Amino acid sequence: MESLDVKQKKINEEYQKYANSISPKSNTVTNCIMAFLVGGLICTIGQLISNIAKNYYNMNTEEASATTSITLILIAALLTGLGLYEKIGKRAGAGSVVPITGFSNSIVSPAMEHKREGYVMGIGAKMFSVAGPVLVYGITASVVVGLINYFFIK
Amino acid sequence: MDYIKAFITGGLICVIGQILIDKTNLTSARILVLFVTLGVVLTGLGIYEPIVEFGGAGATVPLPGFGYALAKGAIKGVKEKGILGAFSGGVMATAGGIAAAIVFGYLTAVLFDPKSKN
Repeated sequence: MESLDVKQKKINEEYQKYANSISPKSNTVTNCIMAFLVGGLICTIGQLISNIAKNYYNMNTEEASATTSITLILIAALLTGLGLYEKIGKRAGAGSVVPITGFSNSIVSPAMEHKREGYVMGIGAKMFSVAGPVLVYGITASVVVGLINYFFIK
Repeated sequence: MDYIKAFITGGLICVIGQILIDKTNLTSARILVLFVTLGVVLTGLGIYEPIVEFGGAGATVPLPGFGYALAKGAIKGVKEKGILGAFSGGVMATAGGIAAAIVFGYLTAVLFDPKSKN
């Protein structure tokens, strides 16, 4: 029994070595350039939407910012639904994850994936598998910042 | 000019995310949580506001910008409504984005089926 375990361990180690030797080395520099370009482009589109909202719809900075978020979220949701956001993400890495469009993608993707489990516990629950933690930590941290401001700064 | 600033600022924030993904074992979900929380903390410390003033959408579109909106809303809420504002301000400032993400996310998932992964 013991010798079998040892044998299994050896096989695992050898397999690991083999897997490492054939799997492509992810090139951090290339990944960073792609992330920079795609992330930068998404933000530039955001700036365009924001400028349109300010100049043509007379919105203040906060309203324009909210409008930008809503528009980008809509675009990213549709691209995810059509299966195109994943294709961008394969090359863009963090460039497609870090912008608010990645937040939108993180909601739509698991919701579609778990559609079969139903409209309540499938779509309804699974759409928050990433967005839920983001809201939990984000909102909690913001309340803490608010309370610190109330008690110590104000 | 504001487009170039947005491009550079947004691009650099994404590069930080890419380095974290490549050099640590953080999943993208953890990166999102980390970045939003970081945005809240940096805004509370007064560090993120100058980045937003420089980068515009380049600083507000990435996830730390969501944290920025949350924290700024909470701080504004405290000024206007006292302790109640600490609880209501953050969500109020981001309500549009949160509602949009839920509604558009839900509708897209209902209307579209996942593409086969080939």
